[in-house]
Amino acid sequence: MLDKNGIAKRIAQEVKDGYYVNLGIGIPTLVANFVRDDIAVEFQSENGILGMGPFPYEGEEDADLINAGKQTITALPGASFFDSATSFGMIRGQHVDLTILGAMEVAENGDIANWKIPGKMVKGMGGAMDLVASAQNIIVAMMHTNKAGQSKLLKKCSLPLTGVGCVTKIVTNLAVIEVTPAGFKLLERAPGVSVEEIQKATEGKLIIEGDIPEMKI
Amino acid sequence: MINKTVANVQEALAGVKDGMTFMLGGFGLSGIPENAIAELVAKNIKEITCISNNAGVDDFGLGLLLKKNQIKKMISSYVGENAEFERQMLSGELEVELTPQGTLAAKCQAAQQGFPAIYTPAGYGTEVALNKETRMFDGKMYVLEEAYKADFAFVKAWKGDEAGNLIFKGTARNFNPNMCGAAKITVVEVEELVPAGELDPNQIHIPGIFVQRIFQGERYEKRIEQRTVRQK
Repeated sequence: MLDKNGIAKRIAQEVKDGYYVNLGIGIPTLVANFVRDDIAVEFQSENGILGMGPFPYEGEEDADLINAGKQTITALPGASFFDSATSFGMIRGQHVDLTILGAMEVAENGDIANWKIPGKMVKGMGGAMDLVASAQNIIVAMMHTNKAGQSKLLKKCSLPLTGVGCVTKIVTNLAVIEVTPAGFKLLERAPGVSVEEIQKATEGKLIIEGDIPEMKI
Repeated sequence: MINKTVANVQEALAGVKDGMTFMLGGFGLSGIPENAIAELVAKNIKEITCISNNAGVDDFGLGLLLKKNQIKKMISSYVGENAEFERQMLSGELEVELTPQGTLAAKCQAAQQGFPAIYTPAGYGTEVALNKETRMFDGKMYVLEEAYKADFAFVKAWKGDEAGNLIFKGTARNFNPNMCGAAKITVVEVEELVPAGELDPNQIHIPGIFVQRIFQGERYEKRIEQRTVRQK
């Protein structure tokens, strides 16, 4: 079974040379720590930076330089700043190659819910609705089940949707799953996790074809 | 040169009344118009509709207006950092219209640029698109979103000149340029106000035509919401 860093580490393998990548808040933010350093990748943060770098050294924090999670960051050589309309122009115009975000629920048809629990929690969708409506390559990073132990990979989302039929891949603490027209296709198992355990934790239709390899991380 | 300078924040906010709709720049606490917000608190302007990506934190930014119940309605994309906001919203005291972030920027920009509405794919198939016109272009569905209408836009820039030309810094830029000229009156506060001619025209982010009033802010706290650092 993977922890949050393990999930981020596995997703980092999906980041290819020449990609512009948008990372959501939470586990996705950790992905930047594990991307190979022999490939050229630029991270976009939708509040207005391309070429986002690591956290600043203590004493060098700048209130005018933050990421979408409101954390202080740095700008790498070649970075650029821009306004919000331009930022979402990049996203809507499909200039960003890969979007990685968290979710509360994903359905077997690729629907995603991650912005609201009616009557309980309403934080807002931020940029997530824009991202999922336009990106062609969307990876969800999340735990396979919620705190109550219930599956987050469902036949149908129960929470208000963020986007419809948009998720392409899911990496959880248990598995790597591709979203196909026929349902969730199991690609890889997390180290030490059996196909049965994944099946048990997946409410939506899980397609298991042949031997499912263990992730290499 | 048409001079847009006003003496201070009081003069800059002349004409602000209860019940008006304001656009306020900023992302989180970065690039918020601190002086304009403080003046709205001081003037105790009520029944405000705010168009702003976030709602501040409990004791800073728009949180200061929320605490005094000056806000009637918030139009935002993300409000997760403010406990008082969540309380007022869930109890029904505060009207809230949550809007995808890119749509929010586009609706400001549409107002700035004279488009009555734009089509966006964001929110299609979700409750955001309820009761809105949808249309297919090239096999993909889009939602019609109308331009915002606001009385004042309160913008924060880094540097500005007397002509109202603006330069922003870092990610404090965010929604600020998109709100310039998107309301009936655009009020800009800057950290440094310089005479016309001092800023290089090649480096201007927003030309002064989109600005009605400009002043130099008194002091900026520029609070950091999430201080994250690494070790040397």
